[in-house]
Amino acid sequence: MSHATADPGVRHEDLGRLMALMTGAEKHGPAATSTLDVLWVLYDRVLRVAPETAGDPGRDRFLLSKGHGPMAYYAVLAAKGFFPVDWLSGFGSYDSPLGHHPDRVLVPGVEIASGSLGHGLPLAVGSALGLRAQGLADPAVWVLIGDAELDEGSNHEALAYAGSAGLERLHTVVVDNDSATHGWPGGIASRFEAAGWSAVTVDGRDHEALHAAFTAPHPGRPHAVVARVEKKA
Amino acid sequence: MDTMRERFVSVTSQLLDEDPRLALVLAEITMDGFRPARERHPDRVLNVGIREQLLVGVGGGLALTGLRPIMHTFASFLVERPFEQVKLDFGHQGTGGVLVSAAASYDWPAGGFTHMAPGDVALLDTLDGWTVHVPGHPDEAEALLRHAYAAGDDRVYVRLSALSNGAPRPVDGLRTETVREGGSGVVVAVGPMLDNVLAATEGLDVTVLYAATVRPFDGAALRTAAGRAAADVVLVEPYLAGTSAGAAAEALVDVPHRVLGLGVGRAELRRYGTVDEHTAAHGLDARSLRERITAFLR
Repeated sequence: MSHATADPGVRHEDLGRLMALMTGAEKHGPAATSTLDVLWVLYDRVLRVAPETAGDPGRDRFLLSKGHGPMAYYAVLAAKGFFPVDWLSGFGSYDSPLGHHPDRVLVPGVEIASGSLGHGLPLAVGSALGLRAQGLADPAVWVLIGDAELDEGSNHEALAYAGSAGLERLHTVVVDNDSATHGWPGGIASRFEAAGWSAVTVDGRDHEALHAAFTAPHPGRPHAVVARVEKKA
Repeated sequence: MDTMRERFVSVTSQLLDEDPRLALVLAEITMDGFRPARERHPDRVLNVGIREQLLVGVGGGLALTGLRPIMHTFASFLVERPFEQVKLDFGHQGTGGVLVSAAASYDWPAGGFTHMAPGDVALLDTLDGWTVHVPGHPDEAEALLRHAYAAGDDRVYVRLSALSNGAPRPVDGLRTETVREGGSGVVVAVGPMLDNVLAATEGLDVTVLYAATVRPFDGAALRTAAGRAAADVVLVEPYLAGTSAGAAAEALVDVPHRVLGLGVGRAELRRYGTVDEHTAAHGLDARSLRERITAFLR
């Protein structure tokens, strides 16, 4: 497996060009870009993981549970050097490792194979428990889900348990673009807070607000960041 | 003699002490038995509450960090309810773990069909790469559990049952054993079906094979036995009838053969009662087996 060296010169402004390699379009709909700013801020400023440490037991874990529309994810991983930029143009083709849902077996830096909704948060809970059981207190576990994905019952099993168990190294980002048919009266953050999580809601396009939310202290509790973005078209 | 499930508690508790890579995930079922182990290993004996999707998902997450997860509850809640988790959180991730079930096909007949899982092995058969152990005695359960825990990152299902043969066989987690040799057919007894099969075939000129590990299916043993006898094969399985018929057909693909699959019927029985009554109702008692085997081999 070839690894490109991280290019420190890649900026947020370059991600559109990288996404265009997959979609052939400079403009992208909300479904493709709802996660873009969240992913960029995480990989650029928060997560302690790089291509050289992608196999290190002490790395931070980022689990993309919302596996559909992964172009922003691939663009960020390519920008950070987890795989060569020229992989992007093969997106979805038979010979490409980059599918319309990501596969950890095929793509360096991808922690879980996802696509079916409702698997990432339980896997993240297990990952946080597994790291703790091995005395690895430092690595953070992050999982990204969508607001409609929160409909899945498996997420509520995980949400309730993680709050009760006080999994401090567990973090969930909910990208909320109002996709859920029945919505979440009272707001998504209230569901997490009721289960014992620390939770905050921010503008999902505001990099400084995202960074502050991602790095907010939450002693003894798991942490949820609800990132609001424009309503799904 | 303890039950397979009691042996699961004792051997797993011991191995959690010895192997720091093992971690156990429970969903309330059998929690009482594991309280001492949880006190010793609070980070590796986890009870997620009555949450079976999370039970399997958490196991998948543990495996992603390099641990070897053991997941346990009744078969219907372990394999059937969270089946997509079993499929995606292990095989699709390229990881492994050990599923250990209790209650089997009808261990608690008075409890009714909600706690019966005669289709579990057939369901797992839709997935690639799962080893399936079906011990026929608590001693075999211990041997196969130890085998499963030590099997690297393999995906392994251990199906424990209240049904048991009177004496253990020397199982190795791989091979099918020849218990009796004859020339007029082959009867494969799986796990706790062996005693009834031996009683049913008493005085008949048949080969009896014993399988406590059914996946991968020991096709070589069946081919060898079929070469010795006529290629008439009877499978006697403690779960859905015909579950291993495809595996037997594959083993005998280049040999003219007939296969009779005996096991638990597909139709819901809608009866309570006792284990023996259910064994008889499914035609798996020694007398019924003898009638059906001799009629087939005639």
